[in-house]
Amino acid sequence: MNLEPHQVLTPEGVHTGPAAPDVGTVRARYEALVEARLYDRKASALQRQGRLATYAPYEGQEAAQVGAVAPLASRDWLVASYRDAAAMRFHGYPWKNLLLTRMGDERGGHPPEGVKALPPSVTVGGHMIHAVGIAWADKLLGTDAVALTMFGDGATSVGDFHEAMNFAGVYRTPTVFLCQNNGWAISMPRSRQTASETIAQKAVAYGFPGKVVDGNDVLAVEEAVTEAVTRARAGEGPMLIEALTYRIHGHTTADDHGRYRVEEEVEIWRARDPLERVRLWLDGQDAWDDGWQAELEDRASRRIEAAVAEAESLVSFTAGEIFDATYREPTAPLRLQRSRAERASE
Amino acid sequence: MSVMTMAQALNSALDVALSDPRVVVIGEDIGTTGGVFRITDGLAEKHGAERVIDTPVAESGIVGAAFGMAVAGMRPIVEMQFMGFSYPAYDQVISHVARIRNRSRNRFTAPMVIRLPYGAGIGAAEHHSESTEAIYTHIPGLKVVVASTPENAKGLLLAALDDPDPVIYMEPIRLYRAARGEVPGGRYMTPIGSAVVEQGGTDVSLVSYGAMMRETREAAGRLADEGVSAEIIDVRTLVPLDADTIVASVAKTGRAVIIHEAPLTGGYGAEIVAIVQERALYSLRAPVQRVTGWDVVVPLRLAERHYMPSATRIVSAARRTLEG
Repeated sequence: MNLEPHQVLTPEGVHTGPAAPDVGTVRARYEALVEARLYDRKASALQRQGRLATYAPYEGQEAAQVGAVAPLASRDWLVASYRDAAAMRFHGYPWKNLLLTRMGDERGGHPPEGVKALPPSVTVGGHMIHAVGIAWADKLLGTDAVALTMFGDGATSVGDFHEAMNFAGVYRTPTVFLCQNNGWAISMPRSRQTASETIAQKAVAYGFPGKVVDGNDVLAVEEAVTEAVTRARAGEGPMLIEALTYRIHGHTTADDHGRYRVEEEVEIWRARDPLERVRLWLDGQDAWDDGWQAELEDRASRRIEAAVAEAESLVSFTAGEIFDATYREPTAPLRLQRSRAERASE
Repeated sequence: MSVMTMAQALNSALDVALSDPRVVVIGEDIGTTGGVFRITDGLAEKHGAERVIDTPVAESGIVGAAFGMAVAGMRPIVEMQFMGFSYPAYDQVISHVARIRNRSRNRFTAPMVIRLPYGAGIGAAEHHSESTEAIYTHIPGLKVVVASTPENAKGLLLAALDDPDPVIYMEPIRLYRAARGEVPGGRYMTPIGSAVVEQGGTDVSLVSYGAMMRETREAAGRLADEGVSAEIIDVRTLVPLDADTIVASVAKTGRAVIIHEAPLTGGYGAEIVAIVQERALYSLRAPVQRVTGWDVVVPLRLAERHYMPSATRIVSAARRTLEG
């Protein structure tokens, strides 16, 4: 298999693909990238102010996330992890919900009806097999929906990764595995996570194709996922995509990445910024200017601020409410405990 | 003797432990970065990356590999980042670590320590606040200890390492930096299987362990203000339980309140209540009370306070025993 990362837009904004992309589409992706970055920065700022609990920033990975979900239809499922807020938002899972969970409010995990996305997985690696089951159900139920699961390089070391990949291969489920290889699993570099040259090549052993893409190239990621989704919909089974990207900040706001990596490495990746190359290409097409940039940022900021305001307006949780989602009908012992908890909180 | 936080005491214990060449410390992010709670800070530098081992993300793999090392004559100390992350390794623990002695009729054993940072109270994300000791205390072949002070944190860890059987070692996250106290230098052991009467009293026995010792002490103080003399017992070892200390206390006071952070149903408190009724029923002057977390998933930051047993709830439960 070809282990060279697929790229169509260089960091300098030069398009190297066979057919020039549609300017309108690229502008739409750029708008999403801008909103994704602003949200990430806002969330980190809120955490510093004590308004969010620990947050896992994804700066540097916006293209991998926006590109991953762009090919999905609303009937397709997204099963993502805790660093995938942008992917979730652009698959319809509101910023408000993502914020609520980070504020420590379980109601964030209840997205609007029709949004086909599970709440983000907090444990590492247990969720990939869920996307196999979901895709399997789609197949058994006779729909043409697919399931995309997103995970990091660290998750590929978890035993459940093997089980998910194996089931997907054996049952040919319409599952798209998208690994954001961001170089680091907390303090563990990718080189010590697996002795394999790439993560994508692991697919071969499970009997389906793998592909390496430049994860900071939104168009390349989108192309690869489109190919995978098309295959899956056509009943040709799963595919694994490894998007090479980088976690610009620490693992979470509680992590000090200066303890295990050098700033020079971060700088190399800052120069491969996923937003800048799109901006440069659009500028070359006379499809970008400062005014439009300001307009985009303003629009995105207003959306984000509205989500923050809405989330913060909801933030209160009574003692009784902690019992509301244990069973469909509260059991007798739980009703008793609830009344005790309510009394204790008075 | 020097004043340390519980985190520093654990670091000191691991440093002492590593003077034994059979010991390795193994887990995620414990080397270069010193662990998510910095418990292993500086140890990789001092003892080498071959003995303070950073692993890929794979709890089951970590415990399974440590089991192999233990069987082959080493003394691994496993760090799980959080108790709630230990479940992928549960199969290894229950099916192999806990059973190899019986399976091989004492030919092979797995003397190892599995460190589990546990408990709520720091507003963490889901899975980071679990208190699921009962899933370990129920498994024959495992010993289970819970630290509650810097001094016993170090002593219990060194005793766990010295034990010929696998030990589940629980560390209350909430006390890592909040608990400070005198800690002896060098090697010493707090015996496994021994509870301690932390404060003598005559009216009611407050029986707890781990992070909840803080609320229990506070409740005892408030009860003292009301003229109630509470005896405080720190269980310290859940398996094997020091039943004698608890039974002697209840035989004296005639009243008992058991306090733990874990949910009520099937919680470890039920075991203590059962032993009290088996051995001290006729001394009891009131029904034994339990103050525990509720039977719900530990809430996230916003509602965490509604879940955690408070000193107020402990005082109320003690009063109920006195009304009887």
